[in-house]
Amino acid sequence: MLIYFLCLILFAIGLYGILRKRNIIKIIIGILIAEYAVNLFFVLAGYRQEGRSPIFSPDQDILNMVDPLPQAIVLTSIVIGLAVTALIVGIAIRIYEKYGTFDVTKINRLRG
Amino acid sequence: MIVYILLIMMIIGAIAAIEMKDLISSVIVVGAVGLALSIVFLVLKAPDLAITQLVVEILCLIILIRATLKKDLPFSTTGRWFFNTTVAVVFAVTFLILGFFCLHELPHFGYPVMKVAKFYLDAGLSRTGAANLVASIILDFRAYDTLGEATVLFTAVVGVMAVMRKRGRKKVDEEIGEND
Amino acid sequence: MTRDKYIFDDTKGMTLIVKTITRLTVGLILLYGIYILLHGHVSPGGGFAGGVIIALSFIHIMLAFGKDAAFSRLSKETAAFFEGFGALAFLAIATLGFMGGYFFLNFFQSKGEPFRLFSAGIIPLCNIAISMKVGAGLFSIFVILVLLKFKTKGK
Repeated sequence: MLIYFLCLILFAIGLYGILRKRNIIKIIIGILIAEYAVNLFFVLAGYRQEGRSPIFSPDQDILNMVDPLPQAIVLTSIVIGLAVTALIVGIAIRIYEKYGTFDVTKINRLRG
Repeated sequence: MIVYILLIMMIIGAIAAIEMKDLISSVIVVGAVGLALSIVFLVLKAPDLAITQLVVEILCLIILIRATLKKDLPFSTTGRWFFNTTVAVVFAVTFLILGFFCLHELPHFGYPVMKVAKFYLDAGLSRTGAANLVASIILDFRAYDTLGEATVLFTAVVGVMAVMRKRGRKKVDEEIGEND
Repeated sequence: MTRDKYIFDDTKGMTLIVKTITRLTVGLILLYGIYILLHGHVSPGGGFAGGVIIALSFIHIMLAFGKDAAFSRLSKETAAFFEGFGALAFLAIATLGFMGGYFFLNFFQSKGEPFRLFSAGIIPLCNIAISMKVGAGLFSIFVILVLLKFKTKGK
C-alpha cells in the first residue's frame, strides 16, 4: 500500500509543477512527470508477487505470470506521450519565436 | 525493496527538476527520472516497457534540449508569489489525502485481480502462436488500441507541421503585395 | 565514395572524433533496431521500440554530420512515403481479416510453430508496418523541430 502512495506523491509533484510554474518548459516537465506516475501506477497494479514476465518459454510451464494487460495499455500510452510532448514543444518554440519569452504571464501583456 | 529505493530517487529527482533554476539542468534531471522509471519497469517484470521507455526517453530528451538551448529565463518572484504557491500546495495536498482514502479499495500490491488476463494467459499461445503475450495483446486481441495510437501519432505529425510552418499562405501574399 | 565527403567537412556537424565513432556505430544501431523489430513476437521489443531505434539511428547521423548527410540517406520525401505506406499497410492487414469474418482477424490457417521466427500469423507483418510508421513519423517530427530556425523578435 505504501508503494501506491509513493506513486501518488510523484503525481502530486507533477501537478504542483503544472499549477505553480510560469515557465512553459517547466510546465512541460510537470506534464512529463505526471505521465510517468500514471504509467507506473498501471504497471504496479498488475504486478504479481514473485511473478515472471509474460513471455512463454519452450520447455517449461510458467504459472505465475504478471498481468500482461496493463503492460499492453502502457506501451501504447508511452508512444502517445512522446507524440504529445513533441506537439507541445513545437507550440512552445512557436510562442518563443512570437513573443520572445517562455513566461506564461507575459504573453498577454506583450500582445498589445 | 529495490522498487522503493528507485521510487524515492525518482521523487527526489522530480522535486529537483521542478525547483531547479537552470532550464537545461532541469531537462537533464527529468531524463534521469525517466531512466530510473525504465529500471523500475525492468524490476517489475515488464521488459517490453523497459526497452520502449528507454528509447522514447532519449528521443524526448533530444527534443526538449532542442527547445531549451540558449533560451534561458531568469527566475522572478514578482506577482502574487505567496497566493500562487498556497493554492498549488493546497490543491496537491487535497489530491493526496483523497487518493490515500481511495487506495484502501484497491487489491494489495502483489496480488492483482486477473479476471480479464486469465483468458489471455490460457488462450494466448494457442490462438495467436506468439510467445510474447504483450505483442499478441496489442496486435491481435486489442488491435483497435494500436490503430487509434497510429492515428494519434499521425495527427501529432500533421499538427507539428502545421504549427511549425514558416508562414501562413495569406500572410505571405500580403507581404508580397506590400513589397511590390 | 560520395558519402565520405561529409566526414572531412569541418564546417558542418561535430568534431572528427564524434564523426569517426558515429561512422563505426550507426550501422550497429540500425541493425539492432531491425533485430528488435523482427523478433517482436518471440522476445521483448516490438514495432514501437524498433521503429524508435531506427529513427534514432538517422537522428544520430543528423546530429553528428549535419542535415545533408542524413538527407542523402533518407530524404524527406522517402520519410513521407514510409509514413503513409506504414499506415496503409496496417489498415490493409486489418481489412484483410474480412476474408474470414471480422476486422483484425488473424487470417493465416497455420500459424506456424511457436517460438520460431516465422510464426504468429499477422503479428510480424503488423510489427513491420507499425515500425515504418513510427520511425518515419518521429524522424519527420525531429526534422521539423530542428531545421526550422526562427529569428527571435525579442522585446
